Amino acid sequence: MASTKMKIKKSKSGGYEVMVLAKHPMETGLRKDKKTGEKIPEHFIENMEFAVNGEVVAQANLGTGVSKNPLIGVGIPNAKSGDTVTVSWVDNKGESDSAEKVVK
Amino acid sequence: MKRRIFLKGSLAASTLAVAAGAGMLTPKSVLAAAWPKAAFESETEAEALQAFFGTSDVEQSDQVSIKAPLQAENGAVVPIKVMTSLTGVEGIAICAIKNPRPYTTSLRVSAGGGGLYSTRIKMGQTSPVHCYVKAGGKLYMASQEIKVTVGGCGG
Repeated sequence: MASTKMKIKKSKSGGYEVMVLAKHPMETGLRKDKKTGEKIPEHFIENMEFAVNGEVVAQANLGTGVSKNPLIGVGIPNAKSGDTVTVSWVDNKGESDSAEKVVK
Repeated sequence: MKRRIFLKGSLAASTLAVAAGAGMLTPKSVLAAAWPKAAFESETEAEALQAFFGTSDVEQSDQVSIKAPLQAENGAVVPIKVMTSLTGVEGIAICAIKNPRPYTTSLRVSAGGGGLYSTRIKMGQTSPVHCYVKAGGKLYMASQEIKVTVGGCGG
């Protein structure tokens, strides 16, 4: 169900920039189902971790204020060509997904 | 159905706790802090800053820059990019001041991480967006007003 895509590009300020597109509804808990009128429960990504060669360099905390299908970009200035970048996320229902890519 | 989800969630959380306790998550446990619930649930900006950064003393800085549209057509998707030339970055946070819960998202950075964070946020109405960067134990900020034509909360 879940799908996470990752892209690594060279950053202008040096190093690399990781862009992650996670497919996720990011429900705020405030929206109502149009058919039943019931509130749709909160469902959002809480933490997203970025690791280079297994070492965590950054952790993003997301909330309900982040758009649906979040696109998150993080700088990894010390990454080199050949390094493995891993991103993994967990949401408030315990669902998770991850993606891995090698820096070109 | 709800019960099932709840069970699944609590089960996942408990296995994670066991794994962490057994030291199975060693490379990740360094930064794997819990989700900052208090900060996300704060209704004022100062409270959120206190909860996340542990301080609310802020200094305006031109070393923090924001790349965001001046006018957002759709409040449900407002791209924001925070960049900083400061060194020793520890954390970055984004607050949309007039949202019901201003504290929108944040990034914890450990050694080897960089001063760049981009995301897309929801905005209920036209509001200034404050971006905070904690570097070297001090908190810096920059802000930009973003006009929102169609709100993106609820609906």
